[in-house]
Amino acid sequence: MTAEPVTPAEAEAPVADKPRYKLAMYWASACGGCDVAVLNLGMKLIEFTERWEPVFWPAAMDAKRADVRAMDDGEIDVCLFDGGIRTDEDAEMAQLLRAKSKVLVAFGSCAGEGCIPGLANQRPLERVFEAAYDPELNDVNGSGLPSGPWESPWGELELPTLEARLRTLGQVVDVDYTVPGCPPETERIAEVLSAVTAALDGTGPLPPKGAVLGAGTSTVCDECGRKRGVKSIREFRRIQTLAEVDPELCLLEQGLPCCGPAARDGCGAKCPAAGAPCIGCYGASQGVQDFGARLLSAYASVVDASEPEDIERVLASLPDTVGQFYRFSLAASLLHGGRS
Amino acid sequence: MTAPVTTPAAAAPAAAGQPFEPLILGFTCNWCSYRAADLAGTARTKYPHNVRLIRLMCSGRMEPEFILEGFAKGADAVIMTGCWPEDCHYRIQSVKALRRFIFLRRTLADLGIEPARLQRFYASAAEGQRFADEMARIVAEVKALGPIPPETRVALAAHPDVVASASQPQEVEV
Repeated sequence: MTAEPVTPAEAEAPVADKPRYKLAMYWASACGGCDVAVLNLGMKLIEFTERWEPVFWPAAMDAKRADVRAMDDGEIDVCLFDGGIRTDEDAEMAQLLRAKSKVLVAFGSCAGEGCIPGLANQRPLERVFEAAYDPELNDVNGSGLPSGPWESPWGELELPTLEARLRTLGQVVDVDYTVPGCPPETERIAEVLSAVTAALDGTGPLPPKGAVLGAGTSTVCDECGRKRGVKSIREFRRIQTLAEVDPELCLLEQGLPCCGPAARDGCGAKCPAAGAPCIGCYGASQGVQDFGARLLSAYASVVDASEPEDIERVLASLPDTVGQFYRFSLAASLLHGGRS
Repeated sequence: MTAPVTTPAAAAPAAAGQPFEPLILGFTCNWCSYRAADLAGTARTKYPHNVRLIRLMCSGRMEPEFILEGFAKGADAVIMTGCWPEDCHYRIQSVKALRRFIFLRRTLADLGIEPARLQRFYASAAEGQRFADEMARIVAEVKALGPIPPETRVALAAHPDVVASASQPQEVEV
């Protein structure tokens, strides 16, 4: 990504005289929430299109893979890639868009750290299929599994094949930047697009490669407005079992398994403000290698028990340790989800 | 279709006919368990050479991340050692380490790593013999378990820094 230095006069030039950059957005194995978060920009999105020309964006416009293939390498200025790499098609698109884009952004939790779909890495593929499809009810392929080529009334069609495990975008291709969040907050997306525009124009700093954009460097606890005292947890509780949630007190102190101590800030701590524990969708805070290990460490520090049986009893109130500690980050964790 | 993720670590079985020699990572605290290891050495007490010791100031300094990284980089087991809780030089940190151990052991089990691959014991500075005995017990236990199963190792080996766990331990005079 290189930008010609501009003189102040050029920087002040009317929009029509400024270059229009090419933007792609793609969803791999994703829910579409990231695309919706970008569309939520509303009128701001219209303003952005004065400087950005969407050239490929399956959620919002009609352009096919063949159109991307026809592009020159590096023709797309910025590609926002959301979704994890779960199928051979995802991997192919990741390679293709990497080649065609100057800047590739892992956009959202799935592309960055695997997100909820990454939790399937706990089980082998056969078990995932068993859970998702009852072979007796899904017999389209004859095998019961919706995968591979099949005869349709329109000729032979081929569905993407699932790979053994979900990988993050960074585990498949070289990634320039990461924008965390499930989905990224719309205001943060606007900031990122403005900053990237300025960097391309040469009027703003270019973030170092590998930087996390649109988020802070601390934890959700740091931007949470709740009162913090000495934590002393005898039991983790589900929010449904509480008669009421204290509107001011730290949620972890109330026994709710909040992910604030390990999660990156940038979201505005909206969940705790609304009385719901942080679920850690912004990923691990700066410098943390493994979200789950850091959260586990934080919880263990504040448990009010010192005898093994007593500690086991407190831990038993967290029935799903992997789901609690690695809800969004299993595919990017140090153990990558254990058994495959 | 992309090939499944494999690395040399996942594909390197122990040499045929060779008994399984586990690679074990051991963490000690500065004040008690490291002194115990030292005492075992001074007394020329022998214990199996499979354990690589790393000294921390306190068992409370033990980040769960260190342990996960150990497994990701090829350890067959990890041992946490420290002061007896009433002797901890940093008051309650030994208890915090115990809590982290219990939390981590359950989480590892849920991730497919047998609980026995994460072990702990206390040893005071005077307990050199106990240190050697406990190490021998754990090494025997991990040898009985065998290497981490290949299917789990494939997942672990996805870590970019992973090194082959099949590397033979060096002979160490203790």
